[in-house]
Amino acid sequence: KLQTLKYSKSRESELILTPEEKVTTYNNFYEFGTAKQDPAEYAHTLTVNPWQVEITGLVENPLKLNYEDLFNTFDLEERIYRLRCVEAWSMVIPWVGFSLNKLLEKAQPKSTAQYVAFETLNRPSEMRGQSSRFIGGNISYPYIEGLRLDEAMHPLTLMAVGLYGKALPNQNGAPIRLVVPWKYGFKSIKSVVKIHLTATQPQTTWNLAAANEYGFYANVNPKVDHPRWSQAQERVITSGGIFNQQHQPTQMFNGYAQEVAHLYKDMDLTKYF
Amino acid sequence: MIVKCAIHLILLGWAVSVFWLASQDALGADPVKAIIHFYGIGALNLLVLTLVISPAARKFKLSVLMRQRRLIGLYCFAYACMHIICYWWLELNFSPASFVDELVKRPYIWLGMLGFVILLTLAATSPHKAKLRLGRRWQTVHNFIYLASILVWLHFFLSRKADILEPGLYALTILLLLSFRYRKLQRWYKNRPK
Repeated sequence: KLQTLKYSKSRESELILTPEEKVTTYNNFYEFGTAKQDPAEYAHTLTVNPWQVEITGLVENPLKLNYEDLFNTFDLEERIYRLRCVEAWSMVIPWVGFSLNKLLEKAQPKSTAQYVAFETLNRPSEMRGQSSRFIGGNISYPYIEGLRLDEAMHPLTLMAVGLYGKALPNQNGAPIRLVVPWKYGFKSIKSVVKIHLTATQPQTTWNLAAANEYGFYANVNPKVDHPRWSQAQERVITSGGIFNQQHQPTQMFNGYAQEVAHLYKDMDLTKYF
Repeated sequence: MIVKCAIHLILLGWAVSVFWLASQDALGADPVKAIIHFYGIGALNLLVLTLVISPAARKFKLSVLMRQRRLIGLYCFAYACMHIICYWWLELNFSPASFVDELVKRPYIWLGMLGFVILLTLAATSPHKAKLRLGRRWQTVHNFIYLASILVWLHFFLSRKADILEPGLYALTILLLLSFRYRKLQRWYKNRPK
């Protein structure tokens, strides 16, 4: 049973939440298989307590957070975010967590630090996709992701430990995951064990697997197509059958342009996609 | 007769019940993806099944099998139609412009479409009348099913993000079934009109 969390409620939001049941049964978490329903079926094999997240690299104060620390070190708050998958569907999810910048400030990045690299747990004995390339989609493990330091320090960038008021279900990246709402979902790495500050741009899993399809930045952008499909529109995962489908135009930076566009001014976003 | 009824019952029943479930939001979190994939994979499976029939009928001396091939082939075509209609409807909102746009831009889409054009041709030439009219050329036309099986497989393989197991198994199956036709294709190639 999932632990109920103490957190400050989000302000009223005009967004319509994706039903909890859909948020927790429609996941891309190849560590448990490539089908959307695989994580919900197989992620129970993962032990999330005890857990340890290490913050290392170019920081004055390297630190480790244990399972309890994830919930007690910072005040938890609810954030209702749009989530846009690179596969052209979207959800609205009430996350519970804390801003990554609070954690980074505690670790005190050195002036030479420019990027933040993230790593998912590597435990083939509990993650069936890591034990077989036929189950895990033939990508390399552990899953790695990265952000520029200014992106990581942005107040919207969240470390989530829960959704819908409870601790994260394993299939959603328990016990702690990244959520970067203006980027495609694959940037929001799940079940994080390492946060490493570096001077050079870190490698990322999907970029290594298919560099022409998945860039380092992966900012949601209706004008830059995925090579195999258009990103101009998205389908909202919500309740209702195929006669009640909701299509909507994709928003620049997934609707967070006002908050984040300045991070990318003077950058050619078709080149740095 | 009983066999044909059973085939209708299973293949039509399946197609309709999955459509019903999708309309009731009872097909997982994303009924759109689910129904498009159901008809797509269904068409691929039925295509493979039609390729199984003639070697199996010969091996086990079951002519009753051969008599079901046309019906299963037509169901393959019907599932492929539903696959394309659902894609156009649910992914592209029936927009003709986006349909053409996707068709031109994405290799996996036009490869699949090419396969579909073959299926359409075979379905159109499946009635007995067409068979009589085409005479010896009928077999030549229907040998294009082998090309269709490769095109449809490519469409399936390229649409996947990273998965290798399922497309790999289909590739092995299709190659095995095509290898049974090696002599036939060789003969056909040698005797082609020059």
